[in-house]
Amino acid sequence: MNLTMPLRLTSIAAILAANAAFAETTITIATVNNGDMIRMQGLTEDFTSKNPDIKLEWVTLEENVLRQRVTQDIAAKGGQFDVMTIGTYEVPIWGAQDWLVSLDDLPAEWDKDDILPAIRGGLTVDGNLYAAPFYGESSMVMYRKDLMANAGMEMPEAPTWDEIAKAAEAMTDKEKGIYGICLRGKAGWGENMAFLSAMANSYGARWFDEDWKPQFDTEEWAATLNTYMDLMNNYGPPGASTNGFNENLSLFQQGKCGMWIDATVAASFVTNPTDSTVAEHVGFALAPDNGLGKRGNWLWAWSLAIPAGSDATDEAKKFVAWATSKEYTALVAESEGWANVPPGTRTSLYENEEYKKVPFAEMTLNSINSADPTNPTVDPVPYTGVQFVAIPEFAGIATQVGQEFSAALAGQQSVQEALEKAQALTAEEMEAAGY
Amino acid sequence: MARSVTTQRKLVNTIAAWSIGFLIFFPILWTILTSFKTEATAIADPPVFLAFNWTLENYEVVLERSNYARFLWNSIFIAGGSTLLGLIIAIPAAWSMAFVPSRRTKDILLWMLSTKMLPAVGVLYPIYLIFIKMGLLDSRIGLTVVIMLINLPIIVWMLYTYFREIPGEILEAARMDGATLKSEILYVLTPMAVPGIASTLLLNFILAWNEAFWTLNLTAAKAAPLTAFIASYSSPEGLFYAKLSAASTMAIAPILILGWFSQKQLVRGLTFGAVK
Repeated sequence: MNLTMPLRLTSIAAILAANAAFAETTITIATVNNGDMIRMQGLTEDFTSKNPDIKLEWVTLEENVLRQRVTQDIAAKGGQFDVMTIGTYEVPIWGAQDWLVSLDDLPAEWDKDDILPAIRGGLTVDGNLYAAPFYGESSMVMYRKDLMANAGMEMPEAPTWDEIAKAAEAMTDKEKGIYGICLRGKAGWGENMAFLSAMANSYGARWFDEDWKPQFDTEEWAATLNTYMDLMNNYGPPGASTNGFNENLSLFQQGKCGMWIDATVAASFVTNPTDSTVAEHVGFALAPDNGLGKRGNWLWAWSLAIPAGSDATDEAKKFVAWATSKEYTALVAESEGWANVPPGTRTSLYENEEYKKVPFAEMTLNSINSADPTNPTVDPVPYTGVQFVAIPEFAGIATQVGQEFSAALAGQQSVQEALEKAQALTAEEMEAAGY
Repeated sequence: MARSVTTQRKLVNTIAAWSIGFLIFFPILWTILTSFKTEATAIADPPVFLAFNWTLENYEVVLERSNYARFLWNSIFIAGGSTLLGLIIAIPAAWSMAFVPSRRTKDILLWMLSTKMLPAVGVLYPIYLIFIKMGLLDSRIGLTVVIMLINLPIIVWMLYTYFREIPGEILEAARMDGATLKSEILYVLTPMAVPGIASTLLLNFILAWNEAFWTLNLTAAKAAPLTAFIASYSSPEGLFYAKLSAASTMAIAPILILGWFSQKQLVRGLTFGAVK
């Protein structure tokens, strides 16, 4: 009896120790439904086999719902998510509020210096990296080489807005249902205002001057919006005021757009022969400029960040480091091909000989490199962000401004009226916010 | 005396009824058709109605990518649980209001209904904070209770309206025959009220099944029902209509089948009290 008791205790202790050694930590990852993210979910076995003590739970949400849910969770310290997918708009704001865990201590082999400088700049606050980019994107011109050739024209690699207008005019054939240019018209800070804010940069316009005074009453904004309206009214598809990314993608894939200026990530869709009827005719060019030193392209990076309320920070960091590593890129290339590798985050990817063969690789890199979120405009501004202003009030204000511009595109008001309303409502909101 | 209806009139009525029915059902039909298309066909302009290459690819992708069984079980648990819990509270409440009304019964009924007039988002943050404190975030129990509370006014109102239709004299007769309160409710009232309770149950099950605000806001990975499953197939960049339609069809199929088999009770539940 005296002997069995210690034996029993030892075995219980051994079992408890073994359980402790294999105790599973679950990390919950909030993400959006896009091709690269879904691909990652399919490849996580590589991560879990290397980290058997970490279990992954995925929550896939619609983009706007995700934004609202993670904001709510992070502000109320709900602790529902350990890793969240956020963009370059949220990182500077949340990082400054200490809502995110700094990722400066990720392992050396993760190679922070390999991240493209423009992207890294957008995810850094006061010298701290607060999110790891999963894929980066800019915007560029995607056009129909066959239609340009038929019109006896050639698209320059770095066109101006005048050249874009001429190309749009030449490719338009409304009787055949071909419209020279398709652009975003749907209201929203991430919809028409992403495009128009980036376009405005190339016209020397800006959201605010250095004293945070709204600038919609300037000639630069009038020139931006008038050019946009002229292009869309003369050469755009009908009902453009409700077209966003997916609607334009659909039109382009069906051969109804001569040209489309939008996210670089669209390149892989429009050149995919399974879905696109014009896959073999697509050419790429940099987003247009006006000779002022800034092009009309944006910069965005879907990135992985860890909320400060997470109770599994170490495990979450392991996952973030894996998902955004060079090894993950190689894993995708091996299983899905180089064209499916998440683009736009690492210098080493663009130095890879295999990746250089992907038709849109070089143009994507050039587009990303030509956007600078820390210095986005011709004249100086007090904010960061190319197609957005990284302040919490921006999403609400820009969506309202977007509605005014969308209404002008729908013919419900003039450009002048839209600009006046935009100026008034932005001034009011900024004053209420204490600027 | 019933009005005589000519054959021609009957025909016109029938065609009109079918047309309206088809119009209402069309979005669901279109969703089901789209779920069998490829992504390219789903966005084709002009739209293709039936002449396309039918494919099950979207269902395969959705089943491979998501744990459908878990979402389905969560939906059944939350919708079923909240409806049953609601009935347990609402039956005695409606009984007392219908048969033993007080001076304030009408006011209480109106007050209960007034809670439905507040936009749900108005109480999102308080409820979210309470859930954090009580550890109920992303739990089926928490969601069941919230959805029960949301639907409770409707359950009480439906049952109250139905109980009011039952003649009080029958209950009085039972009492005169020496029935106790328990046997009066169990053997006299309940058999007469079963159709009303059944239609209330069905309607609330459907309402709870389709509830998308609270289910999206209070769940993450563990307790997410089919509404969250559908939402996960919307995409900001990329074509998704066919896969979203497949997910929607899979989410509405159980409730559509349930509705089909119980349409008599449903129609009765929705129209009782209309003929007096």
